[in-house]
Amino acid sequence: MKLTYRALMGACAVAALSTGATAETITIATVNNGQMIQMQGLTDDFTAKNPDIDVEWVTLEENILRQRVTTDVATKGGQYDVMTIGTYEVPIWGKQGWLVPLSDLPESYDADDILPAIRGGLTVDGELYAAPFYGESSMVMYRRDLMEAAGLEMPEAPTWEFIGEAARAMTDRDAEIYGICLRGKAGWGENMAFLTAMGNSFGARWFDMDWKPQFDTEAWANTLNFYINLMTDAGPPGASSNGFNENLALFQTGKCGMWIDATVAASFVTNPAESTVADQVGFALAPDNGLGKRGNWLWAWSLAIPAGTQKEEAAKKFVEWATSKDYLELVAAKDGWANVPPGTRTSLYENPEYAEIPFAKMTLDSINSADPNNPAVDPVPYVGVQFAAIPEFQGIATAVGQQFSAALAGTTSVEDALANAQNLATREMTRAGYIK
Amino acid sequence: MATQHSRSAARLMISPAVLLLLGWMIVPLAMTLYFSFQRYNLLMPGQGGFVGFENYRYFLSDPAFFSALTNTLLLVGGVLFITVVGGVFLAMLMDQPFWGQGIVRVLVIAPFFVMPTVSALVWKNMFMNPVSGLFAFLAKGLGLEPFDFLAQAPLMSIILIVSWQWLPFATLILLTAFQSLDSEQLEAAEMDGASPVSRFLFIMLPHLSRAITVVILIQTIFLLSIFAEILVTTNGGPGTASTNLTYLVYAQSLLQFDVGGGSAGGVIAIILANIVAIFLMRMIGKNLET
Amino acid sequence: MSRAVSTRRKAITTAAAWTIGLAIFFPILWTIITSFKTEAEAIASPPSLFNFHWTLENYFAVQERSNYFRHFWNSVVISLGSTLLGLAIAIPAAWSMAFVPTKRTKDVLMWMLSTKMLPPVGVLIPIYLMFRDTGLLDTRIGLVVVLTLINLPIIVWMLFTYFKEIPGEILEASRMDGATLRSEILYVLTPMAVPGIASTLLLNVILAWNEAFWTLNLTAAKAAPLTAFIASYSSPEGLFYAKLSAASTMAIAPILILGWFSQKQLVRGLTFGAVK
Repeated sequence: MKLTYRALMGACAVAALSTGATAETITIATVNNGQMIQMQGLTDDFTAKNPDIDVEWVTLEENILRQRVTTDVATKGGQYDVMTIGTYEVPIWGKQGWLVPLSDLPESYDADDILPAIRGGLTVDGELYAAPFYGESSMVMYRRDLMEAAGLEMPEAPTWEFIGEAARAMTDRDAEIYGICLRGKAGWGENMAFLTAMGNSFGARWFDMDWKPQFDTEAWANTLNFYINLMTDAGPPGASSNGFNENLALFQTGKCGMWIDATVAASFVTNPAESTVADQVGFALAPDNGLGKRGNWLWAWSLAIPAGTQKEEAAKKFVEWATSKDYLELVAAKDGWANVPPGTRTSLYENPEYAEIPFAKMTLDSINSADPNNPAVDPVPYVGVQFAAIPEFQGIATAVGQQFSAALAGTTSVEDALANAQNLATREMTRAGYIK
Repeated sequence: MATQHSRSAARLMISPAVLLLLGWMIVPLAMTLYFSFQRYNLLMPGQGGFVGFENYRYFLSDPAFFSALTNTLLLVGGVLFITVVGGVFLAMLMDQPFWGQGIVRVLVIAPFFVMPTVSALVWKNMFMNPVSGLFAFLAKGLGLEPFDFLAQAPLMSIILIVSWQWLPFATLILLTAFQSLDSEQLEAAEMDGASPVSRFLFIMLPHLSRAITVVILIQTIFLLSIFAEILVTTNGGPGTASTNLTYLVYAQSLLQFDVGGGSAGGVIAIILANIVAIFLMRMIGKNLET
Repeated sequence: MSRAVSTRRKAITTAAAWTIGLAIFFPILWTIITSFKTEAEAIASPPSLFNFHWTLENYFAVQERSNYFRHFWNSVVISLGSTLLGLAIAIPAAWSMAFVPTKRTKDVLMWMLSTKMLPPVGVLIPIYLMFRDTGLLDTRIGLVVVLTLINLPIIVWMLFTYFKEIPGEILEASRMDGATLRSEILYVLTPMAVPGIASTLLLNVILAWNEAFWTLNLTAAKAAPLTAFIASYSSPEGLFYAKLSAASTMAIAPILILGWFSQKQLVRGLTFGAVK
């Protein structure tokens, strides 16, 4: 059996590794997303260049990973030497002094090449605390054939009004085609990422300058009403449990007319091996409402080194390798330019070969149009587009997300959901001492 | 009977188990109690200090607290009901002679060996998903609108998943009880013209009462702290429709990293669990009289 | 005297039992079947039961990404280690409860069971801090200790109920013959209780194998068992049903096979004193 043979080889390899233990072993915690799995598969290139370093991988599902690394870094458990974290964690952890600053990376690394919007999100008081592995914004992905059949044309920068009209026109429930697929599953990184970004374009914000929650404002009522009416008229059944993955599966099997979600999804939906609609996908900027803000977010999965690790040097070498220009070329040589980790480096978008990728320009434009420091129409006291970079946010936003998810499922009314959200957010913000 | 010597030996031999469990109970409990009176958030070091009952006040006044309490009871009660009734029925069936008994028994106990996370993932994605799940496909085949289990009936769906996992356990224990049933007594009753229903009610059920007690006791212990299934399927939602106490404590201590609040929740959960336990013992404990 | 059963009745029972048995087993069967599909076939509608292109690619993909055998071995060591350690502590305790009972024996037993009601999520941070300070994080020893303590009450209780059924006279007879307490337990009691001990062992290996909270939260790379292996396949970005199914099949297969082979043993012993 080939399987057992491989397995035995694997076991032998481990035995060999553990006996030749002169090398230093670094433990890397990462998310089980495609780009990271790809990085894990390329480990050999790193160990070939650094024969004195061995790499251990801990690959976990996003929520579990976040819980594990946060517990470990906050208690100084020291189980990991490199952690994969997002733009939400970096400013908070950097401020606490939990991360090793990365400003002393060598000239050849070319930190100035990192996209300014992304770099800004990973910098605290002028120090870079994490290196971006891939960056994303959100945009509209739509089916060109269905759009044409509906007799409409997608502008490059659509309005919410147009999205609503098109979604309703494209819906054909008997054929199981739903005009729009949006996130509905509760979670600060799921429906709240989308709704917070959408709220920005409707003039809503999380907190006013006195840290008072704003769910009792008209802007939030408009946002949520628009979202729920749209999903009721043109969304798929069971939308309140759909996250990124569920929507991806729907879109790939040809059940969605439009999908507004992470820019990294573009390479999945245009991959003919996985997607039945690969040759029919068009892209557009996330919609706006004429208020000067678009409903797109900004995120970067980044590699950071926890302060206090014994293996700082080795860890730095790894971070440098995985986020370098050379790494992009390594991936391109192996899996093609369409599959390189997007959204981190200016030079990638200046590369003529990469510019041919259909979603390259739209991804860059989306990333550049997000401003974490001024996310909303009105001024806000926090940093972050689809989140507020304060420690309390993930707990509050998850609870708020549950309320909005219930409203989408139809088990609560929009008014009650907003009132509950306002209450629980006020409660937690008071407890945390923001509201005096 | 027992000599002085064996009595002291007995005390000596039981002590490792007692001391270890005492340690396992007291050390975390003491730490939890201590933290529950502290302001302690992992993400905000240096803001510590004694806060009295503030953590308790916040946990108890949490709008989700009351529904978490009812959900916990519904979850435990629902699963117990399904597994006990289903288990009695299944055990009775398994106890009859039929072809392929060994294989069927193996099929029936299999769910007990499946990791809770795996079974929750499989049920959620491959069965209950309203678009690509198997149930949705069956519903569409019958011309019905697919039912969105985890959004429309989240608690019931979780009860179903958990029941599927625990039904084999109940069946196994009840089966051994059936096998020890005196068949002559049943036959005598049949001769006397007792109907199947009354045979079941007056001979089988009393015989099973001890086994049912054991099933209820053991399952309650495990069911009070159901967590993985909720985390994987609904994250406690929509709203708080499937949040139980354990999940609420989780949200407090590992989502908000509020160790103080989480500890207060933990203490409250322990107290409530013990109330349930005492209640159970009172109700059914005499059945366990040895 | 067994009752005479008509063939017709037996046929009906057979049909009913098989239908229900297959229905209960179906989710597992479906997972195994899905693990041999491609990702696109795994979410295809209508789903196909057998009529698809069978492939082993998911198993190769999983093996390439994770070191299955290391996780598997950690699971074996942790579940077996914690069960054996638990038995070593529980046998003497159950002996004294069964043969030298006092007024408080039942209270002690119930108290032991009540320690299982401590919700693990509430005490994770304190335990994590203790493990950090003692260097037990990400070690198999640490997990063996925790799982032993978690399952000890169940082990003690199961053993206690078996020991109670062993007539005390036999032990006394051996004592008359001059056996020491140690040899009494080792050579007289233990052999008589083998079926009970075996099923206790089985049940606890199963419980420890499937424990997913502590094993996930107290490990990183070195001691991570199969529960952590599963956590790296649930809901990534992109299609994942087929790979998740393959990983699930690999994670549950060892314990499923063990359970099936030993089910007679398990059934015989799994009474918790419920049968008199």
